[in-house]
Amino acid sequence: MESLLHRGSAAGADLVEVFLERTDHIGLLAEQDRITSVNPSFARGAGLRVFRDGRDGFVSTNDLSEVGLQRALDQALAMLGLEVQQLSSPAAFEGLKQLTDHGLTKDDWLERCPSLDQASQCLLQGTAHLDRLGQHLQVRRGSYARDWQEVLVAASDGTFARDIRLHQSTGLSVLAADGDHRSSIGRRYGSSDRPDDLRDWDSEASAAEVCNSAGTMLRADYVDAGQMPAVLANRFGGVIFHEACGHLLETTQIERGTTPFADRVGELIAHPAVTAIDEGLSGGSFGSLSMDDEGMEPERTVLIKDGVLQRFISDRAGELRTGHKRTGSGRRQSHAFAAASRMRNTFIDAGSHTPEQLIESVDQGLYCKAMGGGSVGPTGQFNFSVEEGYLIENGKLTKPVKGATLIGDAKEVMPRISMCANDLELAAGFCGSVSGSVFVTVGQPHIKVDSITVGGR
Amino acid sequence: MMTSNNSLNATDLRDRLQTLASREGIRRWDLGAACSDDCSVQVDRGEAKQLKASQRSSITVRVWNNDGLVGITSTTDLSESGLDQALVGAHAASRFGNPEDIPQFSPLATAPLPELDRPLQPRQGILPLLDTLRDAEADLLGRHFAIQTVPYNGLAESLSQSLYLNSEGALRQMERTQASLYLYARAEETGRKPRSGGAVRMGLGSSELDVQGCISEAVARTVSHLDYRPIETGSYRVCFTPEAFLSLLGAFSSMFNARSVLDGVSLSQRDSIGSNVAVPFFNLHDDGLHPGHISAAAFDGEGTPTRRLSLIEDGSLRNFLHSEATARAFGVQPTGHAGLGAKVSVGPDWFVVSSNPQVSSGNSLDHRTESAPFVLIEDLSALHAGVKATQGSFSLPFDGWLVNNGERVSVEAATVAGDIRSVLNGIAHLEADSEVTHRGVSPHVWVDGLSITGEA
Repeated sequence: MESLLHRGSAAGADLVEVFLERTDHIGLLAEQDRITSVNPSFARGAGLRVFRDGRDGFVSTNDLSEVGLQRALDQALAMLGLEVQQLSSPAAFEGLKQLTDHGLTKDDWLERCPSLDQASQCLLQGTAHLDRLGQHLQVRRGSYARDWQEVLVAASDGTFARDIRLHQSTGLSVLAADGDHRSSIGRRYGSSDRPDDLRDWDSEASAAEVCNSAGTMLRADYVDAGQMPAVLANRFGGVIFHEACGHLLETTQIERGTTPFADRVGELIAHPAVTAIDEGLSGGSFGSLSMDDEGMEPERTVLIKDGVLQRFISDRAGELRTGHKRTGSGRRQSHAFAAASRMRNTFIDAGSHTPEQLIESVDQGLYCKAMGGGSVGPTGQFNFSVEEGYLIENGKLTKPVKGATLIGDAKEVMPRISMCANDLELAAGFCGSVSGSVFVTVGQPHIKVDSITVGGR
Repeated sequence: MMTSNNSLNATDLRDRLQTLASREGIRRWDLGAACSDDCSVQVDRGEAKQLKASQRSSITVRVWNNDGLVGITSTTDLSESGLDQALVGAHAASRFGNPEDIPQFSPLATAPLPELDRPLQPRQGILPLLDTLRDAEADLLGRHFAIQTVPYNGLAESLSQSLYLNSEGALRQMERTQASLYLYARAEETGRKPRSGGAVRMGLGSSELDVQGCISEAVARTVSHLDYRPIETGSYRVCFTPEAFLSLLGAFSSMFNARSVLDGVSLSQRDSIGSNVAVPFFNLHDDGLHPGHISAAAFDGEGTPTRRLSLIEDGSLRNFLHSEATARAFGVQPTGHAGLGAKVSVGPDWFVVSSNPQVSSGNSLDHRTESAPFVLIEDLSALHAGVKATQGSFSLPFDGWLVNNGERVSVEAATVAGDIRSVLNGIAHLEADSEVTHRGVSPHVWVDGLSITGEA
C-alpha cells in the first residue's frame, strides 16, 4: 500500500487515496409461502483516486494484484498528466499513520448473522402473517438483503483506517385486488451493525402495517389535484427534506452550480420552525458509520437551525473545491465509484406540537401517511409520490386517496414548513446519486406544509 | 479480439469450471460472464471535473444439484479460489431452489445467432475525450447568454465482452464497443427561475458521436424553456415526443413480461394474448436487433438468440417476452429476453412503435402545425416513484410546452396523470415520421383527455 502511495506522490500528485473493498451479499425472496430466489454474491476491488491542483482522476479495478493496482494508479496519474518517471516530489509522502481499526470488534459479525435457513424461516413467517392478516391479497412477498463489507482506506496524507460494515434490510409487500380495484403496498425496514436484527424483527407487526394500508387503499379514490396544505407523517415523510433540501446542501451541488443555497450560510432559508440535521452516529440506523469512505469519523452536522442555514455536507473533494470543511460524509456504493458528499441519517428535528394539532390546523388539505420514492432535478425542482394519503376536511382525517405526487421548488417549499410535531422518527432507505446507491435514513416528526402542488387526477 | 488489460478467455474459463465442478460432484452448470474496460470524463466550465476509468469483470454461476434444484452465486473474483467459492456457494444455495419453478438450459442455447453489424470501434482514450467534451461545453455555453453552466455532462467510451457457457457445450461470446455523450444545461434569466434541458447521443465509438447535434439539441431544449408560465389544472389533449412516450411505455413493460404475468404482478393475464389493449392502428415490436440499438446483443443471459418480436399488432396483444422457464410454462419458444438466475428475470430490449398503415386514426395531427391548443410533453421524470405498474396508473412531473396557434410556452412545474390502459386505448393519432432515440423508435403520439396539474 505504502509503495503505491509513494509512487503516486513521487509522480507529483497532491494526494493519492486507495480504497480496498471486500463484500459478501445475500439476497432472499419469498413469494406466497415459498422461497423463490436465493442470490449470494461476493466481490472485491479497489478504487484509486489522485488529486492534482483541485482536479482528480479515479480508476477502479477488480485486479488486486500488485501489477493490477500499479497499472490502475498509473492510469489515474496519466489522466492528470502525471508520469511515474518524473519523480518530481519524492518527499511528499511521509508514510501511513498507525491503523485506525474500526473493524476490530466486528470480525465475527458475518458469522453471527442469521443462516440461510434462519433467514428463510423469518421471511416465510412474514408472508404467512400477511396471508392471515390481509384480505384480497393476490401477491405476498418478503425480501431480505444482508450486505457485509470490509473496507481499508489509505491516503498519502497518512490516513490509514479499516472498518467492517453490516447492513440488513427486510421488506414485505402485497398486491391486493378485488375486481377493478387494486392496491400495491410495500414497507422496508433496515438497520446497520446489528447482526441479530432479523431475529429481532417483529414480522407480525410489519405484516399488520402492510395489510392495513393495502386494505385501506384498495378502494381509495384518486386525489383531486391542486394547490393545498399538506401534513406529512413522521418516519419516511422525511423524504421531503431529503429531496427538497438535503441534496442541495451537498457540496457536489455547489461544485455543479445547481444549488440555490450556495452563498446563503447564515441566512434564513427555511421557516423558523425548521431545524435540520445530518449525522452518521445514531446507533443501528441505516445511514450510520464508524468512518466514511475516506477514513474520516462521522459527525453530527446541524444543517439548518431555526430556519438559518449553518453547514453543508462535505467530503474531501468538496472541501478542496468549495472550502466547506469535511463532515465525515464522503460516501460511495462500492470501489467502482469515487466518494462524494452524501447524506447519512438526515432529519428535521422535533418541534413542540402534537400531530393532532397539525391536522386540526388544516381546513381542506392532504394527509400523507406513507411516501413512495422521489427525486430532485438540476434546478431544485423536487417530487415524491404518496403511497397512502387521506383528505383533511375541517381539521379531521376523512377518506383515503391515492395517486398523489407532490412537486415543488426547494426555495419555495422550505419557508412553508410552518409546524413541526414532537414525534420524530427515522426510516431506512436507499439514495441513488453521483457515487451510486448508499444506505441512508430519512426522518422527521409530523410536519405541516402551508401550500404545495398535489398532482393527481 | 478484446484489446484491453481486462479480458475473458472462454475456453480457459470453461475448462477451469469443468474441473472444479467435477471435483465438487456437480454435473450440470452454466455460467454468464462479463468484463469491461471503460473510461469517462466530466467537465466544469473548462476544467476537467472528474476523469474516471474502470476495469470490471464478474461471473454468475448456476448449478443443478442431485435433486435437480438450482442455485446461483455471483463474484468478481475470477481467481481459482474465487471460482471455487462461487461454485460451492451456488451448490449451497441450490438447497433453497424452488421445486415448482426450475429453470433449464434454453433449447436455443446452441441455435445459430443473428448477424449483428456492429463493428468494434477504436477507443480514443481519456485525454482526447476530455478535449472533445471541453470544446463541446465551451461551444454550448457560447450559444446563448442565459446558459451559465452545463451541470450534468459526460463523455464515455467502453469495450465490453459477454459470455455464456454451459455444461452441455454451449459457448456464446460477443464483444462490443459503445460511447455516449450527454449535455444537460442550466439557464437563468434575472428575476426568473432557473430552467434546464439536455440531450444524449450514443454511438459504437466516441469518434462517431454526433457532438454538434447534441449541443444544438441541448441548447434548443434549454432555451425553449426560458419563457415559462404556470399551467391551469385540467384535462388536455397531449402530444408525447418519441422519447417521452417510450419512457412511459417502458415503465409499464410488465404488461408484456411473462415472468410478471406468472407472478401475478402484470396488468396482463395468462389468457390475455389476442385481447385488444390499444387502438387498432397501434403496433409495438421489441427489436433488440434494430440498427439504431447501439447496445444490441446477439444473445440473452441464457444464450437464447435475440430476435424481433411482435407485442401489439393492430391493437391486439400478440406475444409476451419470455425466458426459458416462462416459455415452457406457456408452451412457446424462449424469445431472447432473459437474464441469468435461480429465478430468471425477463425484460425488453428495444421498443419500436409504429402505426398500422391499413387503419386510419381519423385524425391528421402534426405537432409542428397544429393550431388548436395542446400540451407537448418532452420528458417525464420520477418514473420510479410515480408509476404504479401493477395498477396501471401514473402521476408524473414533466417538462413540456403549452402550444397554442403555433406559439410554444414552457410549462412551469406540472404533473400529468392517467392510466396506461386508457392511454393506449385513447391514442388519437400517431404521426407519420418515426424517430430513433436512445430509448427506441417511435413517432410523436397524441392522446386526448389527460389530467394535468399546474400551479396557475
